[in-house]
Amino acid sequence: MQKLLSGNEAFARGMYESGVKLVVGYPGTPSTEILENVAKYYKESVYCEWAPNEKVALETAIGTAMTGARAAVTMKHVGLNVAADPLMSLAYTGTPGGLVIIVADDPGMHSSQNEQDTRHFARFAKIPILEPSDSSQACQMLKKAFLISEEYGTPVIVRTVTRVSHSRSLVKLSEPVIPEREIAFQKNPQQFVLIPAWARQLRVKLEERLQKIQSDSETRWEIHQVEYRSKKLGIITEGIAYEYVREIFPGASVLKLGCPFPLPENLIRNFASEVEKILVVEELEDFTQQQIRALGIPCEGKMFVPKIGELTSDVLRQTRIKMHEAGWSCAEDAEDDEHPAPQLHLKGCKAENGDIPSRPPVLCAGCPHRGAFWALKKLNCDVTGDIGCYSLGASPPLTCMDTTICMGASIPMAHGMQKSGQKRKVVAVIGDSTFFHSGITGLMHMAWNHGSATVMVLDNRITAMTGHQDNPGSGQTLMGVPSDAISIFDLGKACGIKNIARFNPLNQKEAQDVLKTAVDSEEAWLVISEAPCVLAQKRRHGNVRKIDPEKCKKCRACLKLGCPALEATAGIPSVNSIVCNGCGLCNQECKFGAISEIEGTISY
Amino acid sequence: MLHTKSIVLAGVGGQGILLASEICAQAASFAGFDVKTNEVHGMAQRGGSVVAQIRYGAQVHSPLVSRGEAEVLMSMERIEALRYAEFLKPDGLAVVNSQVIVPVTVSSGTAVYPENAEERLRAAFSHLIYFDANQIAVQLGSPRSANVVLLGALATALTDISGQFWLDAIRRCVKPAYVDINLQAFRLGQNMKNNAVVTE
Repeated sequence: MQKLLSGNEAFARGMYESGVKLVVGYPGTPSTEILENVAKYYKESVYCEWAPNEKVALETAIGTAMTGARAAVTMKHVGLNVAADPLMSLAYTGTPGGLVIIVADDPGMHSSQNEQDTRHFARFAKIPILEPSDSSQACQMLKKAFLISEEYGTPVIVRTVTRVSHSRSLVKLSEPVIPEREIAFQKNPQQFVLIPAWARQLRVKLEERLQKIQSDSETRWEIHQVEYRSKKLGIITEGIAYEYVREIFPGASVLKLGCPFPLPENLIRNFASEVEKILVVEELEDFTQQQIRALGIPCEGKMFVPKIGELTSDVLRQTRIKMHEAGWSCAEDAEDDEHPAPQLHLKGCKAENGDIPSRPPVLCAGCPHRGAFWALKKLNCDVTGDIGCYSLGASPPLTCMDTTICMGASIPMAHGMQKSGQKRKVVAVIGDSTFFHSGITGLMHMAWNHGSATVMVLDNRITAMTGHQDNPGSGQTLMGVPSDAISIFDLGKACGIKNIARFNPLNQKEAQDVLKTAVDSEEAWLVISEAPCVLAQKRRHGNVRKIDPEKCKKCRACLKLGCPALEATAGIPSVNSIVCNGCGLCNQECKFGAISEIEGTISY
Repeated sequence: MLHTKSIVLAGVGGQGILLASEICAQAASFAGFDVKTNEVHGMAQRGGSVVAQIRYGAQVHSPLVSRGEAEVLMSMERIEALRYAEFLKPDGLAVVNSQVIVPVTVSSGTAVYPENAEERLRAAFSHLIYFDANQIAVQLGSPRSANVVLLGALATALTDISGQFWLDAIRRCVKPAYVDINLQAFRLGQNMKNNAVVTE
């Protein structure tokens, strides 16, 4: 049977078909839906859970795989930085049960703070990496990854990207094949205890293993794809880039690398001997191009293919043009003339006029974070931010966040800024999920070292930005089992913070009073902004608001909240009653009492 | 070999673009085509500009639509149609909801919403179906079905996917309780073909 599945749904299917015992991860776009789909469709046979962070997720999976059962981990590219510590040593030990790490890169940074290329991690850790180019391959390669992991005793990375994870295509479904084996940890300290003496032996084995993988990948794995067409141009490509190559260079010969590391050297030498010229088309870094050149094989790649941002058919069309201009003609490409570049159609549209107003994502109408930022904006502070919906607080008109680096950085950075001796107070802003992920250690550090910054945790009890995943504060697991919700207040106390206060961000007086007390103090404070995510609670905070045009003085103060329910093109602002979630921040802000409630509109 | 055909759906986060995309893909698949789609997640519920793309044919490679390639552009908001107009073929069909959603950049005074948006739509698209899909959906008693009303109008341009496949796709993709009302919404959208304005 064939089914239309997204790449992430196909990965979930692949877990099921591989008889995986445990899947664990931390949410991160574009990887999040893999685990969500496992929980939605396969939880009868696959146990799954969210971890507080990626390091914990990988270590959990290592434990499972050490018993001989299959385990998988999911995360986005920056998550692998957090999990890098166990990964680099896990490469030495391996596990008896298959262990696969699915890492989702985000070329073009649709939802990320950087554009790092996960292939480097495979080389860094000396483990194989597989790259599917659509949903069907996502399912098939994942299954293959478990077999490889078990045959060679190595963890395997499967790299996906936004356009594989979030594209749908047809997948042939098959029945699960559950490996029959005894599940029990077999003690073997020389393999699993990385003290120097034993690690030195494993270090040697690691190189031997990698060599074996390299030669087997080209002779036995059936993972690479060679397609000969015109031999005037040979393209070496991998992952999603293959699909664009087939559109734009339909007549060229293609070598698609299913496993770009370790590089199948003989396969590449053979391909190179068959074609006149080689172009390497890879998304992001010149990872493969560099290695091919190191073999002494002349090729071009990044001279024509950008290393910044996503590849698309449109981008590769530019590549073709650049190749022609550089005398790297591919007119030999027979089908060329049948595929002329599409004619553009520009009458009155954006590309012609350039005056279509941008529509960036914004904090939702009724988002409680808006209240917390609004209270913070009244105080003249420096604000170190973190990763989550609330990074939208950096954009105008709120403009209320001064830094964002990585998960958990807000708290140590606030502490460090304050320790510089600067006069202005520093406030760290971090969400609950990010606090559980890697904020706690920073808070401990600040309390221990007599810090004096203020930490504001925006606690909505959910991981909101990635689409509402539960976290240790939510009170239930991924599989829907109730569990104790961890209290941030109690954690703060346990870390040694003496001054802790809670406030309701939708009550501006309360919020401003608490924040002012904290910021005016010479000591460290933990203030917790407590209100549920309005999208997750699926109801309004209160009645829908309306603006009385008689009372409105057109001061536009309410519009500074940046609420998408408050609309104004000119003149008197109005409330969009479909969008408004009744948080009431606008009527607290209106000095003229022009904003009031429409009775009986609290429910949708 | 049949050339790959492309559809682009545009709108604002929360308007139901992802469901519309799923229905298109399913309908093309029922009609026997290879299909690939592409969507942007993550920010999709946060009020930003959202686009989804569907490509179908004998064998589809790229899930992304090239500029100037789409047979149909459907937009749930009027200026979003202008934002993504460059994806449409010069003689392609634009199906545009007349709804206005003011971006925060406009409300906060850093940008201006084009006053002549309707005029520009008529100038930009040689084949345009332009109407208030929200009003039709509200009259039907299902305000959230504006996306499916627009799909009905879009389907009229894709003659290689017969009406039955669209209805089957709606039955497959929509929650059972909302199937009937969405089938009605789709049919009302199909009738809007008569509103098409063709300018040469």
